[in-house]
Amino acid sequence: MPSRVNAPELSKTDTERLAQVGIDLTKKNRCGTYLQMDQDIVEADCGESGIEVLSYKRAMEKYDWLKDYAWKVVSPEKDDITKYVAAQKDPKGYVIIAHKGSRNVMPVQACLYLGKDKIQHVHNIIIAEEGAELHIISGCASGAHVGNGGAHYGISEFYIKKNAKISFTMIHNWSEDIEVYPRSASVIEENGVFLSNYVCMQPVRKIQMYPAATLKGANSVARFSSVVIATPGSHMDLGSRAILEAPGASAELITRAITKGGTIISRGHINGKVAGTRGHLECKGLILKDGMIYAIPEIEGSVVGTELSHEAAVGKLAKDEIEYLMARGLDEDEATATIIRGFLDVKITGLPEALQTQIDSSIDVAEKSGF
Amino acid sequence: MIDGVHVKSVNWGNGHSVCDYSMLQIKNLYVNVGDKEVLHDINLTIGEGETHVLLGPNGSGKTTLLMTLMGFSNYTITKGKILFRGEDVTKMHANERARRGIGMMFQRPPTVSGLKLGKMLAAISQTKDENIPELAKSVHMDKFLERDINKGFSGGEIKRSEVLQLMIQNPDFVMLDEPESGVDLENISLIGTTIGALLEKDKHLIKRRKSGLVITHTGYILDYIDADKGHVMCDGQIRCHGNPREILKDIKQRGYKECLECRHA
Repeated sequence: MPSRVNAPELSKTDTERLAQVGIDLTKKNRCGTYLQMDQDIVEADCGESGIEVLSYKRAMEKYDWLKDYAWKVVSPEKDDITKYVAAQKDPKGYVIIAHKGSRNVMPVQACLYLGKDKIQHVHNIIIAEEGAELHIISGCASGAHVGNGGAHYGISEFYIKKNAKISFTMIHNWSEDIEVYPRSASVIEENGVFLSNYVCMQPVRKIQMYPAATLKGANSVARFSSVVIATPGSHMDLGSRAILEAPGASAELITRAITKGGTIISRGHINGKVAGTRGHLECKGLILKDGMIYAIPEIEGSVVGTELSHEAAVGKLAKDEIEYLMARGLDEDEATATIIRGFLDVKITGLPEALQTQIDSSIDVAEKSGF
Repeated sequence: MIDGVHVKSVNWGNGHSVCDYSMLQIKNLYVNVGDKEVLHDINLTIGEGETHVLLGPNGSGKTTLLMTLMGFSNYTITKGKILFRGEDVTKMHANERARRGIGMMFQRPPTVSGLKLGKMLAAISQTKDENIPELAKSVHMDKFLERDINKGFSGGEIKRSEVLQLMIQNPDFVMLDEPESGVDLENISLIGTTIGALLEKDKHLIKRRKSGLVITHTGYILDYIDADKGHVMCDGQIRCHGNPREILKDIKQRGYKECLECRHA
């Protein structure tokens, strides 16, 4: 049985903040829900047959074999963050298992909400077994009035088995006082597909993450996309890494970054280790107000037959584009917003429409508030 | 009353009085691009319902004039003024001019990455409720609504996209910068007919309210728009005026040599 405690009363503002990160508290368009408020697991269940959403603790009790999946792609010794989470006697977080051949149309939603605690820690394990297709939307938010600063430490380990697919869409809505340290990694087997999308349009004091995907199986695919805006005081150190270890494996790392005065470090690394692999890294940055966009794209190939490329550009809005739109009757602000919205528009191949819509609407919220 | 609102227009000698009111008046216009003066003392009046053709060699300043009339910031007006329906628009931004009814078909519009043609059309349309898919279909652009605007578009596709945007914008005064360049023969008739409709060429002279200013090198577009008057621009000045087809015929036979000689006239 899913563990349940009473959900704390959420203010209208906080409910709206959750809606902005794709968390639908009515659960109408979601096939399952995991909701963690600070360290309390409010809900963990799933209506879709073949897909299980469990709390970490409950999952470990239920499936003995799960221990072979914990701390296997992320090392507990990696850094202070992993050490802190590994040292917890009462681990929190979720385990989502899409059993062999299962498939969800509506995404599972995982909500991590930081209300008042100093540090929220989670350890998540996500497994798509052979032939399964699993779509997850992970909304992370803090209460609008978390005043004293807080931190979120999140470990996520993804396992994409043969012919399986996972899409993981993470939308953040923190506040100026919060620091966020996700640590995640994935292993993708033969013909497996992993789509990882990240959207952060709102202020955050600091976020640092560098998820890695190891493409172990032939013809496996990894696509990372990040769409971020850094406001003054925000420090975003973001990256993604793909290690291509099997023939036919391919990876695509795409970033759209806008600074309005904050700092964005956009890292990326693709390592082509065997022949017949392909990788492309793309980072486009727009500086709207003085801040920093520091793109560090790395491509590393060590064998004949790996094809890797990168493309990075940092610039400003083009005046001729703005005036082109103005010549059609849009005022300068409308024209600017329309062009920025286009810049942020990344269509992710293979992502279900419901999730693409969710990403689009998170960006639309930012557009409505004038970016 | 503002200068120029009710100006009786000239009879251009083609047998009928074309209009009663002026749409556009350009008076003693001097334009700089950067530090360089590109247009010198331009004077031009286009009446309501009239379409004028602008001819001239490459680099003579034709596109500069259109960009200036549209209000692009790279083109600095140092002297003179532009009146649109009698109102001084010299200092207005492009969007304010567009709102008043000035529209332009660009020769080489910029690519806007990520901005879908369909979204652009919706933005232009604003509160109007045109049937965008239907209009797009009429110029064979229905398959392009989800494409980034102008990205990888062929010459003909750019023109069709431009003409589609103008159909929604529905300006009273349309400027067309080489509408036939890069367009194959099959598409010229589609673009020509659509432009003809934008200029209300299907309406009787008396009822025609739309005006146009068209840059053309080939003159193919004249088959569709039945232009009223032609002007030749050389070295940033308008040198000659006359019947557009006759001017074009002369240019085809003798090049722009005589136009250059006009300088001394």
